[in-house]
Amino acid sequence: MTGAQIAARAAGNAVIPRAAGGHRAFAALFRALMYGAIGVSALALVTLLYDVARDGLPKLSVDFLTSFPSRILPQTSGIQSAIYGTLWLMVVTAAIVVPLGIATALYLEEYADRRKWWNRFVEVNIQNLAAVPSVVYGILGLAFIVRGPLSLGRTVLAGGITLALLVLPVVIIVAREAIRAVPPSIREASLALGATQWQTIWKQVLPGSIAGIATGVILALSRAIGETAPLLVIGAAVNPRFNPDGLGSAFTALPIQIFAWTQDPNRDFVDLAAAAILVMMVVLLLMNSVAIFLRNRYEQKW
Amino acid sequence: MADISTTASPGAIGRRTSLVRRPSGRSRFEAVIKALLFGAATVSIATTLAIVFSLLQETIAFFGDVPVGDYLFGTKWTPQFAGDQQSFGVLPLIWGTLYLTGIGLVVAIPVGVLSGIYLSEFAPRRVRKVVKPLLELLAGVPTIVFGYFALTFFTPEVLRGALGLDVNQFNALAAGIILGVLVVPTIATLVEDSMSAVPQSLREGAAGLGANKVQTAIRVVFPAALSGVVAALVLGASRAIGETVIILIAGGQTANLSINPTESYQSMAAFIAATSRGDIPTGSIEYETIFVVGMTLFVFTLLLNSVSIRLVRRYRQVYE
Repeated sequence: MTGAQIAARAAGNAVIPRAAGGHRAFAALFRALMYGAIGVSALALVTLLYDVARDGLPKLSVDFLTSFPSRILPQTSGIQSAIYGTLWLMVVTAAIVVPLGIATALYLEEYADRRKWWNRFVEVNIQNLAAVPSVVYGILGLAFIVRGPLSLGRTVLAGGITLALLVLPVVIIVAREAIRAVPPSIREASLALGATQWQTIWKQVLPGSIAGIATGVILALSRAIGETAPLLVIGAAVNPRFNPDGLGSAFTALPIQIFAWTQDPNRDFVDLAAAAILVMMVVLLLMNSVAIFLRNRYEQKW
Repeated sequence: MADISTTASPGAIGRRTSLVRRPSGRSRFEAVIKALLFGAATVSIATTLAIVFSLLQETIAFFGDVPVGDYLFGTKWTPQFAGDQQSFGVLPLIWGTLYLTGIGLVVAIPVGVLSGIYLSEFAPRRVRKVVKPLLELLAGVPTIVFGYFALTFFTPEVLRGALGLDVNQFNALAAGIILGVLVVPTIATLVEDSMSAVPQSLREGAAGLGANKVQTAIRVVFPAALSGVVAALVLGASRAIGETVIILIAGGQTANLSINPTESYQSMAAFIAATSRGDIPTGSIEYETIFVVGMTLFVFTLLLNSVSIRLVRRYRQVYE
């Protein structure tokens, strides 16, 4: 059906109204329903934040940040090992995902010939990977990275690689958009001045898209920070009273610590989960603000 | 003359042509770069292969111990028991997954679609500036926070308190509804995108023929964007089916074939996370169940995702 036909059919209904008042009443009802829908999201967000703040704020203190988790005493329990674990994981994840994600995006945007089936296959594959449930990445991590071919054990390195594979499609997709936003005229001008393709990419395309790429990396990392399921599956440590001391060390992470506390029958421990959630949300909010700042400050207008 | 015009065509400018230079170190460097970038791109292929391979290997091992029919059509899922009590019928897990997803979609479809229509067709600029970040914020909340909320607020204070329902501490209602809230931003954003892609001329045509704004939105723009809207719903469903932590925390850990929403249910993803805790011995039947259930979940989401990719492609062809 063409646009004109659709419009004509709709207008056919509109110009023979049952009663003008009926239409107006329906329009008002529909608007009310839409406001209601937006209201549901707003209400959910507000009550969620209220619930977490109510339970968590009283437990928040410097001691909470600097103590190790305790199995027995909620009042001396803290999240130091979880914070260090999350930091370690993020460093490993970023170190893997930044070069791999940018390189893949550059290949797909600047080199890949879309008429070749393998290039289209890579694209569809990335789209599919983006929709694979995170728990399945956990299975991959367990069978391939913790055990099996890589056999790294339940270590920081294994956790970081698992999370990196999980968020890699996000980085690739966002980086591709940023690279595509650099207009072809820039590349043509560079090539016309005698630069090679890689010189063009390195000196023109990358600097022009770096803000968008950085935004994508930050968003991907903030997704990785909150991921619980894959780390549960590969077997993060529960309540460790030590920080990771290297890539081969056992680890826990903020979401794992939060999960462990929600499973505790003692309500005081459950409240600690809320306090840890507050810490995690503050970190996420900071990261997102940085992303928005980068987007606004460095985004190129062509 | 013809030769000159080809070398001077825009595509050839800046490329090394055989007339000018012999293969140099520079061009070899360029080839190495291209090979390296292609190598990075193959990592995503390797990831898919590794996922399929690891799932397949243990799934085959599992079906060496348990007949395929018993797994697919069995109605009792009790892998943790011993002897005669042990049973590997996956139907309760599939049912739990679909049931919770269904409850979630009952919430997420109307809320998400209406929000998307509002953002695309009605929202004034100033309101958009508030509502868009709100949805982005909601989309950025880690799922474990939703799980915490369902367990410590929604079940005790809304379902039991405000509504006075007699629900289990872990129940399908809380897990399903919060699952729906999680999916709302996904659906709303995709619906908005597909409706914004409908050309302005259709709206103008409808308005010119006397339709009001609501009629234009519902009868002209919405039908024109329908395949994109359906793709949004399918992606939302796929997201809900794969979600783990909300169900693990608030839905409980009982494989259940009933239809009572006040009871506890387990989904495929939640079973995987509940069973695999790192120290499970490789090669045990428990270890294999993780993979066979993972394979089932993987197939479900893969099917849904191919449907949505196809729909999106079709809807793109209409106007571009």
